[in-house]
Amino acid sequence: MDKKVTTPIHSSARRNFLKQSSAMVALALAPPTILKAGDKKVEDQIAGYFEKVPVKLEINGKAHALSIEPRVTLLDLLREQLHLTGTKKGCDHGQCGACTVHINGKRVNACLTLAVMQGGNKITTIEGLANGDELHPMQEAFIKHDGFQCGYCTPGQIMSAVACVKEGHAESDDDIREYMSGNICRCGCYTNIVDAIKDAKKGGKSL
Amino acid sequence: MENKLKEPFMPPIDRVDGKLKVTGAAKYSAEYNIPQMAYGVMVGSSIAKGIILSMDTKAAENAPGVLGVITPFNIEKPAGYNIETSGNISATKKGFNVFDDKLIRFSGQPIAIVMADSYERALHAATLIKVNYKKDSFQTNLEKAIPVVKPLEGNAFKDYTRGDVNAWKTAPVKIEAEYNIPIEVHNPMELHAITVHWETPDKVLVYEKTQSLMDTQEKIMELFGLKKENVHIITKFIGGAFGSAFNVWPHAVAALIGAKQINKPLKVVLSRDQMFMNVGYRPQSIQKISIGAQPDGKITGINHEAISMTASYQEFTEGIVNVSRMLYDIPNVFTRYKIYPMDLSLPTWMRGPGETTGAYALECAIDELAHALKMDPLKLRLLNYSDTDLEKQRPYSSKYLKEAFEIGSEKIGWNDRHPEPRSMPEGDWLAGYGMGSGVFIGWRGGAQVGARFTADGKLLLQSAVTDMGPGTATAMTKLAAETFGISPDKIVFEMGDSSLPPGIMQGGSGTTSSLGTTVNNATLSLKKKLFELVKNKAVFHTETIHDVKFEDVVFENGQMMLSSDHTRKMSYSDILESAGLDNIEFIEETKGFNNVDYSTYAYAAHFVKVLVHPATGVIKMEKIVSAVDGGTIVNDKTARSQIIGGVVGGIGMALMEEGVVDNRYGRWVNNNFADYHVPVNADVPHIEALFVNKPDPILNPMGSKGIGEVAMVGFAAAVANAVFHATGKRIRALPITPDKII
Ligand code: FES
Ligand code: FES
Repeated sequence: MDKKVTTPIHSSARRNFLKQSSAMVALALAPPTILKAGDKKVEDQIAGYFEKVPVKLEINGKAHALSIEPRVTLLDLLREQLHLTGTKKGCDHGQCGACTVHINGKRVNACLTLAVMQGGNKITTIEGLANGDELHPMQEAFIKHDGFQCGYCTPGQIMSAVACVKEGHAESDDDIREYMSGNICRCGCYTNIVDAIKDAKKGGKSL
Repeated sequence: MENKLKEPFMPPIDRVDGKLKVTGAAKYSAEYNIPQMAYGVMVGSSIAKGIILSMDTKAAENAPGVLGVITPFNIEKPAGYNIETSGNISATKKGFNVFDDKLIRFSGQPIAIVMADSYERALHAATLIKVNYKKDSFQTNLEKAIPVVKPLEGNAFKDYTRGDVNAWKTAPVKIEAEYNIPIEVHNPMELHAITVHWETPDKVLVYEKTQSLMDTQEKIMELFGLKKENVHIITKFIGGAFGSAFNVWPHAVAALIGAKQINKPLKVVLSRDQMFMNVGYRPQSIQKISIGAQPDGKITGINHEAISMTASYQEFTEGIVNVSRMLYDIPNVFTRYKIYPMDLSLPTWMRGPGETTGAYALECAIDELAHALKMDPLKLRLLNYSDTDLEKQRPYSSKYLKEAFEIGSEKIGWNDRHPEPRSMPEGDWLAGYGMGSGVFIGWRGGAQVGARFTADGKLLLQSAVTDMGPGTATAMTKLAAETFGISPDKIVFEMGDSSLPPGIMQGGSGTTSSLGTTVNNATLSLKKKLFELVKNKAVFHTETIHDVKFEDVVFENGQMMLSSDHTRKMSYSDILESAGLDNIEFIEETKGFNNVDYSTYAYAAHFVKVLVHPATGVIKMEKIVSAVDGGTIVNDKTARSQIIGGVVGGIGMALMEEGVVDNRYGRWVNNNFADYHVPVNADVPHIEALFVNKPDPILNPMGSKGIGEVAMVGFAAAVANAVFHATGKRIRALPITPDKII
């Protein structure tokens, strides 16, 4: 989809219009059996169809041609429609970093962007970080330094950490602390997260 | 033969579920994809107290994709509702069933669930509901409630007296102070979520965030009148909880009812703002402490009174003042605990419940006394060290707080501390050192563990327990490896499923003690079973030993061997093979332990160095050392993370966490992470977690006392005391924010 199409089109007026007009179209085109149903379900399906927008995304190296409602966030698209649940929802407001993914190599809070805004972009989630069975060095480092407990913030921490190193924001402990502060860990594993990032960076493998 | 952990211990292991967690493959309660699944969104009341006169749900019902809307006006009540509220029980014991009546008890109380075929559609439709209320006056302000509201009565609120309650008053040196802690909210990173799938009208599969599979199962059985085998709960992973996931909260009940009504699998995930009023919080408290001492530092008497709160519809109590009865050797003690019912949602246990609250006040007061006595606070603590539990009149099964003091104070450099407040400037900053000690009870409950050892040398252990993060499966794997004498990678510990042998809830620092004992006993049973299979084999008979006893053999590296001659051995696999068995399978059950002759507590000694910027009031945590006596540490690596985590919780409590309610409306003001601050990476220095690591000889075969709760107890006091040392300012109302410094 063209990147310019970013205007949200989910006002209820438009939806109601779609519902009514689409019901009329349905009336004209539908075979008699469906007509008999003539109920909310049919309207819903048609309304749903008209409310959707085509989007092409590349996620973890795989091309997706999708049809999605414009109000769907990238986070909900990943979790609820593509079942890539490694990307977590902790706040849905850009306040916790649990949903961090890479868009064209940069870290972004997936809850703060609508999926339709990402047409043509390359998205990497935690599921796409490892090379098959071989873990990414940052994932290895998090295990080695026990950089987590419950694991819920962890995908976001790791995606953020990889970007943090690439940005050149992991030159000192304080640097890491500052540039990793958008990722909350309520289990409080920060000490180990810093150790893991330092170690992964020192490892020198390409991150 | 005893099945005790022996030195040298096996080296610590990485988390057994680490790979699942770093790859995003670990599944939490909202992450199961069931075909045809619908989404539920909760709608909360916009008033704090009153009654719903009417609700207009038409627009929501007609919105695209909506499958159903349930409110108090159309609910089909589950059978359990009537049982619970019937009978003559007091208002604060009744509890509250979601959608059961039209009363509003707190702002944000769930009043509807809207279910649709997509999350977005449910979310939108939920905004279309219109509600007409009759408002009542309400009370959400604890200070204002005290003079006008009656505190609750009952056994939990009896005064405690030991010796002369006036002893502190007549002492030559005394202090008196009041300490305030605001509401704090657990805020685990994972939003509370439940996925419900009614497989038949009387059989349900539930993915729920719970710290107790068994309790959740029972509650759902009661609510819907279901058989145990028809309530299947799965909780493979929990994204943190810290006490918020014991109750079956209203949204979970709503999801169960809703899924049944629309006859589709249903998922309900709370939003972050809903997490502030629907899944508990640490209640606000006001504590008064008075201590009297001799000029040489011997404390003669203490008086500790605490006031706290609960919901108008349910009683929640915690042991806030208990610490003052036993942490120090004080002959004269008086404690009082009162709670006031408020028009707020129900508080619940939050990490180190009660003790964390009480120890904050007590450990600050001890610091104030040390200052009044012109005595080093560590020295004062040692002078009043208790060697027996004066409250329960019995010895401790073990107490290594002194050792913890020693290693902690050494590591932080306590001796470099100049005693005078404001005497240690560092450039533009003022440095300060502070300490606080923590205590939390050690206990052991019953649990079952299923064990299956197969001829390929693998051991499967199973128990219906859940893990909110500390690493239960990892600790149990390490423990089994160590006691059974096989490599940890040959062991699988399966959990998180109510159909497994009943385990124990995860909370109160009791998992390792309770479950670990059963795992330990299971490996012992396994060794005995192996022994019985081959004890008559010639390989174990020497010139002197004809009749081999269990005591004569050891089990190491997958081999049973004669202690006196390690060349006489047989591998576990060969033992099974020679007996013609594919596997050995059994369920081990251990009953809880009623510790009557001893008191068992875990201890923490927290030491911190802070830097305070006097012009701006900014506080930096500069150095943190927490030394813990938790008995034997089963897996050092994950145990250290637990301590670090408790400490970070303590930083939040000390410096930033404060749940704010607008008392004009009874509504939350800061119900999000932008306004309710929790520690982030930049707030936390490199934390040193140290362990005394000496076994407790009584509580369980491992000698472990538990560490998760005590990690946080007393920490906030260490920070407050360090801020006093840095600035000379005693800030008694948490959190210590810059405005209070300048
Ligand atoms: S879920 Fe996106 S920042 Fe919290
Ligand atoms: S590991 Fe639990 S929130 Fe970070």
